[in-house]
Amino acid sequence: MPLPYYVSPEQMMKDKAEYARKGISRGKAIVALEYRDGVLLLAENPSTLLHKISEIYDRIAFAGVGKYNEFENLRVAGVRHADVKGYSYSRGDVSAKSLANAYSQALGNIFTQDIKPFEVEVLVVEVGDHNSTKNEIYHILYDGTIEDEKNYAAMGGQSDEIRRYLKDNYQDGLDFAGAVKLGVRALMVTQNKTLTERDLEVAVLDRGKERRKFRRIPPEVLHQLITNGT
Amino acid sequence: MTLTPDPSWQKAFFDYGTSSFADLLRQSAPHLLPQAADLRREESAGGPSVPHGTTVLALRYRDGVIMAGDRQASEGYQVASRRIDKIFKSDDLSGVGIAGAAGPAMEMARLFQTELEHYEKVEGENLSLDGKANKLGQMIRMNLPMAMQGLVVVPIFAGFDERAGVGRLFKYDVTGGRYEETEYFAQGSGGKDARDSLKKRYRREMSKDEAVRVGIEALMDAADEDLGTGGPDLQRGIYPTVRIITRSGFAEVAEDEIRRYCEAILSERGRA
Repeated sequence: MPLPYYVSPEQMMKDKAEYARKGISRGKAIVALEYRDGVLLLAENPSTLLHKISEIYDRIAFAGVGKYNEFENLRVAGVRHADVKGYSYSRGDVSAKSLANAYSQALGNIFTQDIKPFEVEVLVVEVGDHNSTKNEIYHILYDGTIEDEKNYAAMGGQSDEIRRYLKDNYQDGLDFAGAVKLGVRALMVTQNKTLTERDLEVAVLDRGKERRKFRRIPPEVLHQLITNGT
Repeated sequence: MTLTPDPSWQKAFFDYGTSSFADLLRQSAPHLLPQAADLRREESAGGPSVPHGTTVLALRYRDGVIMAGDRQASEGYQVASRRIDKIFKSDDLSGVGIAGAAGPAMEMARLFQTELEHYEKVEGENLSLDGKANKLGQMIRMNLPMAMQGLVVVPIFAGFDERAGVGRLFKYDVTGGRYEETEYFAQGSGGKDARDSLKKRYRREMSKDEAVRVGIEALMDAADEDLGTGGPDLQRGIYPTVRIITRSGFAEVAEDEIRRYCEAILSERGRA
């Protein structure tokens, strides 16, 4: 029986990371922006049925880029985690932080133990309530690296440029329309075509809503917002 | 080449539990599911003494369904609580009214609510009203061992059926049997009295105002005849719960409004 080839751990990790990064950078980008009444999530996604942004729990949303089946798996696992936790304790005890940590653990384990790493990055976003608790945005990478972001976040293909654009243009206290416009402009930075409502999937965690804060923005409303004053 | 009976990729197709919260609990946290402990040794044949919810009802009207319940929980001949709520919102278009052992019934309502929301989030769309009604039936059947020990839970389920464009209501028996009612139903210790009252006053195509009034009158009649059912308590300011389910969602009737209905009915009856 032939011995397997020796590959140094360092080389193996490097190869896996490169493989994952390549897969992710091929995909389209997602941005998250804090605005006055909550958090806005914008994805470039021509499909109206296969979502990249979705609801996890009352105040928590999820966004994923990369391979659809992989982040869809993670999304369902997140919904399960949150629902079991909320059922066994109370709805208020479900937090984005513990969910983000679970994602980080899962992706970290997959990255080190499986032959093929997940080609995904995910955002876990929690909106704060009226008593001035802060919004939370966690960004988890393919290898389990976890970062918390303030004001804005971007991931997916060419997200560095988008992040740079947002850094220069983001202002505190944006209203909803302003946030949508900024987000759309940010997604357009890396390409030379104009994005319309048909290319976009937009949702918000709206602090003003009762209990379940997640709300999708329908294309008609989006059309109005994009075309007004540009 | 032979096909193996269950190649691992086929699991994705046969794992029906992926969008059911109750199945998820059964697999990953069975201790959280309501289950029967053997209580018979300590208790007499009547089962353990626990608070029981008494009268809930549902009736169809022009735009949907109305659900109402009194506020009293009874433990034998004692009042266990004067202000419990027995009508629970299960999602935007449906509600559950609980009758029977209050503890397990409320737990079931909570599990059912999580079940519907879980399905909606995982699948990205709502269950049909029939699907929801069947699911609740399965949960009641799950409770059968507890029911055999006296902890009976028999809810009413009502909701707006988006596909058919009408309000519908369902009653259950203790084995999870599901029966659709076309006009009205009342359940619980005062259920029969409330049904008698509804039988005389119910008309098809009532307006919301009429329907709410008929529902409240039925509860007051039940409170008149049945020891376990609480009537409107003007002194403490406790009034029946009334919820309305229509195309546009699940809504509460404000307590002030219910108070006015109660006062109107009482003063009318006083005069007679």
